[in-house]
Amino acid sequence: MAAVPQKTIHKYLRHNKKFPHVWCPGCSNGIVLGTIIRAIDDLKLERDDIAMVSGIGCSSRMPVYVDFNTLHTLHGRAIPFATGIKMFKPHMKVIVITGDGDATAIGGNHFIHAARRNIDLTVILINNNIYGMTGGQYSPTTPHDDVATTMPYGNIDNPFNICDLAIGAGATFVSRTTAYHAIEAQNMIKKAIAHEGFSLVEVISACPVIYGKLNKKGNAPKMMNQMKDNSIPLAAVNKLPKEKVEGKIIRGILKEVDRPEYTKAYQDLVDKLNNK
Amino acid sequence: MAQKETKMVSKKNNKPKKNIVLMQGNEAIARGALAAGVNFFGGYPITPSTEVAEIMSEELPKRGGKFMQMEDEIASIAVIIGASLAGAKAMTATSGPGFSLMQEGIGFAKITETPCVVVNVMRGGPSTGLPTKPSQADLMQTRWGTHGDGPAIVLYPSSVKESYELAIRAVNLAEKYRTCVVLLSDEVLGHMREAVEIPDIKESQIINRIKPTVPPEWYAHYEQNQKYLSPVASFGEGYRFHVTGLAHDKFGFPTNKSSEVQIMMDRLKKKITHNIRDLVQIESFMMDDAKIAIFAAGITAQAAKKAVVDARAEGIKVGLLRPLTIWPFPDSAVEKMLKRVDTVIVPELNQGQLIHEIERLAKDKKDSKIIRIQRFDGELISPDDVFKAIKEAN
Repeated sequence: MAAVPQKTIHKYLRHNKKFPHVWCPGCSNGIVLGTIIRAIDDLKLERDDIAMVSGIGCSSRMPVYVDFNTLHTLHGRAIPFATGIKMFKPHMKVIVITGDGDATAIGGNHFIHAARRNIDLTVILINNNIYGMTGGQYSPTTPHDDVATTMPYGNIDNPFNICDLAIGAGATFVSRTTAYHAIEAQNMIKKAIAHEGFSLVEVISACPVIYGKLNKKGNAPKMMNQMKDNSIPLAAVNKLPKEKVEGKIIRGILKEVDRPEYTKAYQDLVDKLNNK
Repeated sequence: MAQKETKMVSKKNNKPKKNIVLMQGNEAIARGALAAGVNFFGGYPITPSTEVAEIMSEELPKRGGKFMQMEDEIASIAVIIGASLAGAKAMTATSGPGFSLMQEGIGFAKITETPCVVVNVMRGGPSTGLPTKPSQADLMQTRWGTHGDGPAIVLYPSSVKESYELAIRAVNLAEKYRTCVVLLSDEVLGHMREAVEIPDIKESQIINRIKPTVPPEWYAHYEQNQKYLSPVASFGEGYRFHVTGLAHDKFGFPTNKSSEVQIMMDRLKKKITHNIRDLVQIESFMMDDAKIAIFAAGITAQAAKKAVVDARAEGIKVGLLRPLTIWPFPDSAVEKMLKRVDTVIVPELNQGQLIHEIERLAKDKKDSKIIRIQRFDGELISPDDVFKAIKEAN
């Protein structure tokens, strides 16, 4: 008798409900979902203790597929919804799934303030450099000169460096990788979830059907290779000449510090007021 | 019988001290909400509601509850919905501009059937308007403010004591009906002080959401039943359900199927329309033989009541009908009133909102006269203003 297939993901997916998924062929979102599941499995977390919260956009469709406490919210607002869950049930692991538009355009204010508060949320930001769900409008991370349906003559706007933004706002764990580097992503996500405080994992992703087509980046495998070729690990940055670093995606844990976490600080206040 | 008498005697001997406190309307809202079990508050400072947040920030941590000042009102409504999904009794307080920013989130609470309370202490608008002056210009926004169809439960007290009582009721109704309940106040009501006798709240007067009694694999987050009210699990308790602002099936999973969308939309509407008797509260004052009726709410009803008393002293048959529940609108009470009186006077602090509802219900009664008193310059309608209108109508 043939062996019954049993992969880690089968333990966590809502198999009987919501497949096939909404994502286009070649989209990186599925890879990122796989890395999140494997990271959670490695950490041996209870599914009941995990809340997965998202906003609006392609990546934000992720929570419906997984068997956690899942919340698909409003455009840009995943972080304050997640904040409410974490604040009321601090023992829960609250993971936010968001995109470049969701987190840094419409939700930019919430993103920086959650980082400032250092509340223990794990934000996994899948950056595809475009608004995919609405068909290819330019986002706050669309590179200069790239084409989008609302920048048909090339982008005159300037992109955010999301990790720099998070560091500046006071996040205590900031990291970046790409969907090509799935094992690296899995390890980063593990560290980010384990980190006590606001943590960000920015995963650069491929959107071959919308962004790739508009900017003639080639098919999905080609775009995966581009992520491999156009990125360098943080450890290599100082060893390479400046011209080899310029314009590259720097992968690695860019910041990891300890600072009092918000829900803990609040509990300390409660304890103090009640003379515990 | 004998037992009953003994009981009464002993009660007289140990008469409990009345708990009378001089407090402001906003404080009454905060204290009422705490009495109702609110254990999570998220908000953003805005005049004239800020005292509610200030009191919550002082009281909640003492009781082990949670207070958060958010980065804006959009985050405030989001954070209370998140907390409520995790099991909190959650509330925010704001005024016009903040209430406008909260509209998308209020719609989310409605479609996801997540209990929460939004206090709107009304000030003059539109836009920044008159931050330190009263208004009643948000009545229609509380009904139609968020996009799409949807139910609305909106309460509006007219005294400080009633602010306390309706704060409790707002929390109770949010829990029972699994929706966002709006508690209205206005700048004058919010800041005026009255001696309030704090009632002894019995446990039986506090409503908590119904918890599921089925195992997780049987649980549907939006279970169908005749009363349209169903149990609700919280995140982190083993049920692992999905919540989305998309149209959803009974499990909470997104759907485009018209048959499932129809069921969801019907449920949102019918949980209100099937429970009108429970939701609508109205005060009928000196209405028995009245030929003239005043229809007024909130702070304006206080002035109207004084005018009614003064006019009665002159022998004018006038009464006051006062909705404590603005939405759902008390249609049947107003219809009854329209049958009995010749004239209805509608004083309100706006350019005409409640009057639309009266005119809607009076459209087949060509003989009823409807008189409007509208003020929207930041000042109150005085008892004299109403009294004059009564005299003219008589």
